[in-house]
Formats: sequence, C-alpha cells, structure tokens
Amino acid sequence: MTYVDGNAIAGLLREVFDEELTAAVSTCGTCGEVAVVAELRVYLRCPGAVVRCPRCGAVLVRIAEIRGLHVVDLGGLRDLARA
Amino acid sequence: MAFVSRGFRGRRRGEARAGRVPPGQYVETDFPVLSAGPTPRTPLEAWTFTIEGEVDEPLTLTWDEFRALSSETITKDIHCVTKWSKLDTTWQGVSVDTLLEGVETAAEYAVAFCDGGYTTNLPLEDLTGGTAWVAYAYDGAPLDPEHGGPARLLVPHLYFWKSAKWVRGLRLLDHDEPGFWEGLGYHNRGDPWLEQRYAGD
Amino acid sequence: MADVVDIVHETSRVRTILLDVPDWPGHHAGQHVDVRLTAEDGYQAQRSYSIASAPEDERVAITVEELADGEVSPYLVGELRVGDGLELRGPVGGWFVWDVSDGGPLLLVGGGSGVVPLRAMVRHRVAAASDVPVRLLVSSRTLDDAIYRAELDGLAARGDGLEVVHTLSREQPAGWTGRTGRIDRELLAEVAWPGTENPLAFVCGPTGLVEAVASGLVDLGYGAGRVKTERFGPTG
Repeated sequence: MTYVDGNAIAGLLREVFDEELTAAVSTCGTCGEVAVVAELRVYLRCPGAVVRCPRCGAVLVRIAEIRGLHVVDLGGLRDLARA
Repeated sequence: MAFVSRGFRGRRRGEARAGRVPPGQYVETDFPVLSAGPTPRTPLEAWTFTIEGEVDEPLTLTWDEFRALSSETITKDIHCVTKWSKLDTTWQGVSVDTLLEGVETAAEYAVAFCDGGYTTNLPLEDLTGGTAWVAYAYDGAPLDPEHGGPARLLVPHLYFWKSAKWVRGLRLLDHDEPGFWEGLGYHNRGDPWLEQRYAGD
Repeated sequence: MADVVDIVHETSRVRTILLDVPDWPGHHAGQHVDVRLTAEDGYQAQRSYSIASAPEDERVAITVEELADGEVSPYLVGELRVGDGLELRGPVGGWFVWDVSDGGPLLLVGGGSGVVPLRAMVRHRVAAASDVPVRLLVSSRTLDDAIYRAELDGLAARGDGLEVVHTLSREQPAGWTGRTGRIDRELLAEVAWPGTENPLAFVCGPTGLVEAVASGLVDLGYGAGRVKTERFGPTG
C-alpha cells in the first residue's frame, strides 16, 4: 500500500480547521524533521487518515470521522506553524 | 433530500445474502488493501510471536515453531468498518486457543501488537473458544505482505480492524487498553452485528 | 453544487469535464477540488481531482482518468452527462500552486494524469502573457495516452519560452524519435534547468515517480523548498 501526501487531505484539513494548511510547517515530535504539510506521508481510508513523518515514519496526525464528527489527534507533532 | 448523483452505484458488485451481511455493510468481491502505514518486511528468520503480560512466563515462538503447531483451514465472512463485507474468505492459521495452550492467565483483555507499531485491543474472550486465529495463508497461498503477511491476527466475528496485520504477539492484561484506532474513538470490542463501530455504540 | 456544461474526450480513458460552479471564488493553477458522489441509498464516495483550467479560463474544468478498478472515475468518465449535477468542494490547496508572479525558470514534470495541474499552470502562463521560461516533461505510457498532447505541443510550437518534452514509457509509434522509457536521472539531467539558475519545479504523478524525480532534482542542485510535489495514488 503506497502513500499519498498532505495535498490529498487539504480539503479535509480545511473542513476541520477552517483554514488552508498544506503550506503549514510541521515538526515531527519523534525525530524533529521539519516539513510542510503537503510533503507529509498520508495513508487514507485505513479507516481514517494517518499522517506520517517522511523521514522517520512516526505517526504525526490521525483523523477519523466518527458519527459525523471529525476526531483529530495531533499528538505526534511537536509543532505546527502556519505558513 | 440530499443531492443524488444520477446513475451512481459505486463499486458494490456483490450480491447481499440474507443473514450474511451485518447492518450498514455492502458486499465487496475484491479484497481492498487498507493500511495506516508502510508494509513491514520482517524476514522469517527474525520473526517471532510472543505472548506476554499477565502470564507466569512470556512465551516466544519462532516462525518454525509457530508453523509446527497444528493449524486449520477456515472459511469466514469478514466485515470492515469502512462498510465492505467479503463473504467466504478462506484462511489457514493457528487457532489462538492453540497458541494459548498451557498459558496460565487471569487476564480478561488483550492487545495485539504488530510490526510497524499498530495495536488493537479486544476482550480475551473474543480471541478464544475457536473464534480467532493467527493466519499465515489466504486463499490457498502464503499471506501477501500487503494483506498482513507473513502472519496476521484473524478475528472474523469482529470488525476487521481487529484482525491486526503483521501481528507479532498478544499482551494479556487485566484491564482494557485502547489500541491505535480505539484510542481515537473506535469501539473497544467491535461486533459488526451490533454495529459497534465507535466508542459508546 | 456544479453543473456539467461540456465533456471533452482527451484520450480513450480520459475526459475533461467543464463545469459551471455557482459562487466560484476563483482559483490558482495547481489547486484541486474534492468531488463527492452519492448513490440513491445514501452510499457516498469522494475523490480529489486537479483543476485543469487556468484561473483566467471561462469555465472550471477537471480532467479525470478512468481507473480499471476505480469507483468514482468510471462514473465520471463513463456515465456523467452534460446537464448532470456534480457535488464538489474547493478549490483546495495552498502549496502546490503557481502564479506567474512566482517566476521561474519553471520545470514541470508530470507522470500520466499528473500532467493535469501542470496544464493549468501552462494555460495560466499563456493567459497572463508571461515570458517565464517553462520546460514541461511528461511521461505517458503511449502516445495515445499523452493527455493534452495536441494542445501542449501546439503551445510549445509558438516558441515563446515553453518547451514540451514527452517520454513514452511502454510503447512508441513507428518512427518515434522522441524519448522512451520512464523518467530517470539521465533524462532529468538533460531536460531540467541547471540548478544554478535557481529554478522552481513542480512534480506530479504516482508516488514512485514523484519520489524519484524529486530526489533527482535535489541531486541536480535544486533547492529543497523549490521542488514542490503532489502524489497521486489510490485513495479509496
């Protein structure tokens, strides 16, 4: 199963956070890698969306839709800064 | 009424059979690959299966030891929480009852842990009594890495996210410990016939 | 909610769908839309499609390739008709975008349907009468599969700073003198602007191609922030 990237969840992120986030800068909480959201590795429909660090593979973000609500865990990030 | 796309039916091709398809599911004839991460590639020489936690002695099996255990061929329907069900899937595997033979425990819960870090929790009761296996073959051939090979947990009576791919062991616990999806709000048990998709269902 | 106003046959499996989108806010070349289909029993499926039209174009367009095992693309290519409604969300995307004001020289690399957002960038350059130098490298399986071939080759023939290079990876027609095979480091080194010119690159297509090209460009001296990528893949 291959991955796509943060561009693929641009619409989802905008629905959840009400802002365009693909150019936001993320810092991995595990290895410190800095990357724009568009460059993060995204696995979809697994059942939710899992976003991983492109360098170390650690889970940065998990998103699921539960009973019509988006549930988001940003715990794998050390930082997320708007562009 | 919400907008309907004229003429759209989706990929659903299978024919639902009465009593076989849990509520909210549709029949799928393909076998979709869903994964939360990259496909691990553990060489068989390095593969082990461990039973640990609330046990007197942790038990570790090598691949050869695992394959030397008595195994079964079973045909079961599987149900994914993303709403597809696949009927009559055939697997070969070692029953979890066999793996737990001789293991003394008072644990009521288990967490399956896997290469790549995935975990899922379920009541120990849902792993025993001939309801769960560690499967190493699907449809007569060695289990494809994309589908969880060399071995995955197989718990067909629960939603398929409990059938953890690339399983490397079971941790037996006296308390329930939410796994990868359960921690985000998916159900701790996941019975498709009771539509236990999310916590609180 | 958009209305389908025209459908253009690009290749045997590819259609460009022109849409009338009420309250469309305008878009940037490179952005995409999320399309959602709903069956009569409420079943839904959603996919993202790059916008194929330039911001200056009269109609919003998406280009869709029918995938053999697809769920949404066979409907959009095989069933959708002029006059149908199409639910979509967008435009979306703030990273993989190019405006003429971003300058160049510009390297655009597309694999298969990865050429779609790049075509929007090329059309935008034309509409804005920009002279930013652009090299577009497109990989297709066969010549018949090369989306927008006539349009892109026609624009390149104007000689106003756009060059288009095709490579055919699976099969070439008799007498083909162009590049063959997939995009590799050798072809990149030949076609890409030298790193010393501080080019801006956009790479779009299947994940494998994007990873290989992006790392190849970084090795050719492209600044890491100057190579923007968009990976297409199975998403349903």
